[in-house]
Amino acid sequence: MLQHFWTEEEKLLIELVERIGKEYVEPYARQWDEEEVYDPRPLKALARADLMGLVIPKEYGGLGWGVKALCLAVEHLSKYCAGVATTYAATFLGAYPIILFGSPEQKARYLPEIAKGRLCAFALTEPQAGSDAAAIQTRAQKEGDYYILNGIKQWITNGGIADYYVIIALTDPKKGARGASAFVVERGDPGLAVGKKEKKMGLRASVTTELFFTNCRIPRERLLGREGLGFILAMKTLDYARVGAGAQAVGLAQGAMEVALRHARHRIQFGQPIYHFQAVSHTFAEMAMRIEAARALVYQCAQALDKAPKESAGPSAMAKAFATDVAMWVTERAVQMMGGYGYMRDFPAEKMMRDAKCLQIYEGTNEIQRNVIARELLKYYR
Amino acid sequence: MHLIVCLKPVPKPGTVKVDPKTHTLKRESADLILNPPDRYALELALGLKEKYGAKITALMMGPPNAAPLLKEAYALGADQLVLLSDRIFAGSDTLATSYILAQGLQKLSPFDLVLMGKASIDGETAQVGPETAAWLGLPSLTQVKSLVLEQGRWVARRVFERIEEEVEFRAPAVLTVEPEGELWPPSLKRWLASREIKEKVFSAEDLGCNPELCGLSGSPTQVLEVFSPTYEGEREVLSGPPEEVVDRLVSLLQERGLLKGG
Repeated sequence: MLQHFWTEEEKLLIELVERIGKEYVEPYARQWDEEEVYDPRPLKALARADLMGLVIPKEYGGLGWGVKALCLAVEHLSKYCAGVATTYAATFLGAYPIILFGSPEQKARYLPEIAKGRLCAFALTEPQAGSDAAAIQTRAQKEGDYYILNGIKQWITNGGIADYYVIIALTDPKKGARGASAFVVERGDPGLAVGKKEKKMGLRASVTTELFFTNCRIPRERLLGREGLGFILAMKTLDYARVGAGAQAVGLAQGAMEVALRHARHRIQFGQPIYHFQAVSHTFAEMAMRIEAARALVYQCAQALDKAPKESAGPSAMAKAFATDVAMWVTERAVQMMGGYGYMRDFPAEKMMRDAKCLQIYEGTNEIQRNVIARELLKYYR
Repeated sequence: MHLIVCLKPVPKPGTVKVDPKTHTLKRESADLILNPPDRYALELALGLKEKYGAKITALMMGPPNAAPLLKEAYALGADQLVLLSDRIFAGSDTLATSYILAQGLQKLSPFDLVLMGKASIDGETAQVGPETAAWLGLPSLTQVKSLVLEQGRWVARRVFERIEEEVEFRAPAVLTVEPEGELWPPSLKRWLASREIKEKVFSAEDLGCNPELCGLSGSPTQVLEVFSPTYEGEREVLSGPPEEVVDRLVSLLQERGLLKGG
């Protein structure tokens, strides 16, 4: 409803993503959710449309656009299926560490392949280290020209379907978080095993697995940045990813509102469309306000990341927590506005509500986001 | 390798009007889209380009307002865009259309393969491919599903009634493509670049067309009427003892040719 004055290029991007969403995602989203299967076809369509290279620098075969453009793509994809958008966005969670911290050789090896459509994953979480990411136990021991990785990573989006994995592991356990380093592990590396596919409440079109590292031997050129930089790299990457999760939430909420609005305008009860009952129409007014507020915050934050990436931890956390809370609220209300139709699995609203729940949890829970915001506030008002 | 893909602008279903005098479609009034079956011809050409390396020319006959569709063909992977456009082309049937396309193809010669969709969703005649080949005196093959190049010879897999057959031939040839397999979205990079790309436009004069063979005067097909088919349902309730009702039902079905024997 609110004008955003996107550039000519951004409008083309939106049109293309909408086209992919309508043709390659929407007709199948219900089925993927019901059967909990990953279908590579929409990702192939995104790759053919150059959208896997959206933020990959031009010299490595991408378009070289920024976070704002990525947010637009993620938002419009999420309208049709937040699960597919998760597979897409998680690839950039794996690609950003290489874009931000990779050596020219590492960039030349991985980025053109990612732009062509190879998927990535980012692995930080472990069974004992969720919100407390500094508690990770996965070890990377240096042995001559190699690192040997041992440990378990949990709830890894794109596990098993990704070709490249950015792994955070301890090179010096005595130093705690300062002893963490980041590595690229490739599909097929000896000692990397993919665990079972998790059964999820929502985002069921995306794949989540464990990763097991058992004396996984990788050449030392796979180290990203330098030893000890792992945690900083992870936090910086998450600053970029969080605004993406916010964009995903905006798209999901927008999709849910549109589905419910169509219903409310056509569903006749007591002789009129239910939209004309104030309890219903005011709910939609509230949805629209909250979605526009979330969208404004997300894109302001995305622009800030593109222009001043150093100051973005707080804003990024705000965009993520606010927008995903909005998505949860809007999708729940969308189900309510559709009544029985909202609750039935033959209609899209309930899936959206289940999908929304994960957005408040992953990429740092919304409670952790508030910790980040509170911490950044004190830095700002020193 | 030079591949030419013929693309037809067709009215977007639901947006077209019919000229009450000539009974032809009023194309100016409709929103135009790329004829969906032609997308499969382009996709096949893109596969050949990837495998063997090729230049793809997108060739279209149509009014000037069809030019944006050629830009879409560029975004989908075509390298060169050519529009055959002239007032005297208006009202062409399949014979006149294939003549004009053949003139255009001669202008773009040399080429290896001409690829077209199996049929267009507005006319559904499936005649333009073979007719174009006839004008050019080239071999033609319809309903092609796949193509491989083996020591200078092409091997096509094509649908032949209910079976598939393999046919060997030498280029140049004119092929129509079976609408099967995957279609992919346009590339954003190419879409952005397409804004700077200009199509070449050839008029009847540029092509050296004989005006007698173009448009309505070159079209032996006379459209008598264009109408939406109407379906009428009949309803009759049979009542009485079951044996009688069954006998009457059987004879009713036989009268309408829906049941054989007696």
